Amino acid sequence: MTEFWIIVGYLSLLLMLGLMASRMFSGTKSDYQLASHSIGPFLLLMSLFGTTMTAFALVGSTGEAFKEGIGVYGMLASSSGIIHSLCFFLIGVKVWSLARKNGYSTQIQYFRDRLESDGIGLLLFPILVGLVIPYLLIGVISAGTVIQNMTAGAFPNIESFATDTRATSGGVPPSIGSLVICLVVLCYVFFGGMRGTAWANAFQTIVFMVLGIVTFCVIANQLGGKDSLLENLQSLGEAISEDKATRSHMSKTKFFSYLLIPLSVGMFPHLFQHWLTAKSASSFKLPVVAHPAFIMIVWVPCVLVGVWATTSLVPPKPPLPTIGDSDVVNSNAILPFLVKTQTTAWLGGLLTAGILAAIMSSLDSQFLCLGTMFSTDIVTHYAGKDRYSDRQQVLLTRGFIIAIVAITYLCSLAQPKSVFTLGVWCFSGFSSLFPLVFAAVYWRGLTKWGSYASVLATISAWIYLFRESGWGANRSYVIDLGGYEVMPVAGIFLASVVALVGVSMVTKAPSDATLKKFFAD
Amino acid sequence: MPRSLIIAILVLLVLHQDNWFWTDGTLVFGFIPVGLFYHACISIAASCVWFYAVKKCWPSGLESLAETDHKEGGAA
Repeated sequence: MTEFWIIVGYLSLLLMLGLMASRMFSGTKSDYQLASHSIGPFLLLMSLFGTTMTAFALVGSTGEAFKEGIGVYGMLASSSGIIHSLCFFLIGVKVWSLARKNGYSTQIQYFRDRLESDGIGLLLFPILVGLVIPYLLIGVISAGTVIQNMTAGAFPNIESFATDTRATSGGVPPSIGSLVICLVVLCYVFFGGMRGTAWANAFQTIVFMVLGIVTFCVIANQLGGKDSLLENLQSLGEAISEDKATRSHMSKTKFFSYLLIPLSVGMFPHLFQHWLTAKSASSFKLPVVAHPAFIMIVWVPCVLVGVWATTSLVPPKPPLPTIGDSDVVNSNAILPFLVKTQTTAWLGGLLTAGILAAIMSSLDSQFLCLGTMFSTDIVTHYAGKDRYSDRQQVLLTRGFIIAIVAITYLCSLAQPKSVFTLGVWCFSGFSSLFPLVFAAVYWRGLTKWGSYASVLATISAWIYLFRESGWGANRSYVIDLGGYEVMPVAGIFLASVVALVGVSMVTKAPSDATLKKFFAD
Repeated sequence: MPRSLIIAILVLLVLHQDNWFWTDGTLVFGFIPVGLFYHACISIAASCVWFYAVKKCWPSGLESLAETDHKEGGAA
């Protein structure tokens, strides 16, 4: 029950934060969608980091390390440290300056203007929304699962909360947990807009970073069984098996091709919107520098906890959680399981708040971004920007946010089993659209037909390879590229680049006036 | 982008593919496998490279933009 009340307290705090942010709301569209470009370096760092670190950073990294060993860090974390900051530096700062000059609030506005094409917006809108929704589903479903696991046993007398397994019985069912999370996020995004989102992200990022380190130390001391933290760490380190402490079973070319996955941040529409909130170009300096170090602070403890869970130092009772009635260990439940069995109820409750923080700090930006895209790129764009007042546009954005939250929640009730695998595929889709934004910013020769070809090649190759993988059923699906085993993203990315460059070379570039507008220097 | 920064980023990407520690399970400080320790150092090195980038290679002429009023809805 302690965990339950800590979660309730944490969610109440978030609601208060959203309401406080709403008191600073000026009522304009720019204030609601972009916080009037008022976000300084610290808030920008925390909101960008909080947005890019999903539930996967805490729960998934531990689970993947449990399955794959320490190689997961190089595959997903250190690569992100290099590539994410590269995207902030090369793309973020540049599009921020273009957006400030030309008044953009969404990615699609920029592409329409840069490519002199209305159609590119219509092509990109469903693709971007379609790729973001499974990403949202991961967060909503994870939140429901985490709440159920951590409140297990809190309500033994409520019949409808009973399940077949002890690990979840008596806990708040996922359908209710997910609904509560959706409503809390909806409230602070609805009332606080981008300012509320940025504040909540900063608060939540601090929460999950601090609690992650505290949990790491407590679990190490419990499992190690020695006197000092260092002795416990050494005892756990010695217990790690050879295959988990190395990458002997991991393909070197597959590891290399994982470098393409973090390029997805260059095309995430919600990150694009966060970039535009920056007060000045200098606001980017702190996020660019600190992002890789922050990734290390969050990921290294999680990866170590994951490999420790494979050692004999983990008590045999209670047994590790399994998937349904099978003997297969549920790797995504490893971190909540260790927290529940190796720490106190207080820390368990606080860490649950930390995991929910990581989930919600991504959900809020995605909800707000989809609302902004709908009101700006579809309604205002086609109805005419003078048809609706600023307040009406804020209302439209809010209305679409409510609709997206409702759709996401209803989809989450279906509990699609492949949604976690779908997440990696969504990242691959965004990564393969990266050549488009890179060329738009740096290559005068990019044409609208080259852009269409690139987007269509990306989505065609994505659908083809996704089908080949059994719609995500084959979780270890790789492709052969020139005799090397690589992630599907490598093939999709290549198709995107070839189509973009090939078609742009033989079609007409935008007018001189447009090129002058975007390449004045 | 200055050549020194391009070279630094390329070096980071090459160092990231650490085939030399692929099957090495040595524990650094007695508790952290060298493959993990090495990549944690890559993260720190990345922060250092980006520190160099913002100090020496930051694009000029952008600060004035923060002061100027932007026009709304500039899409085509």
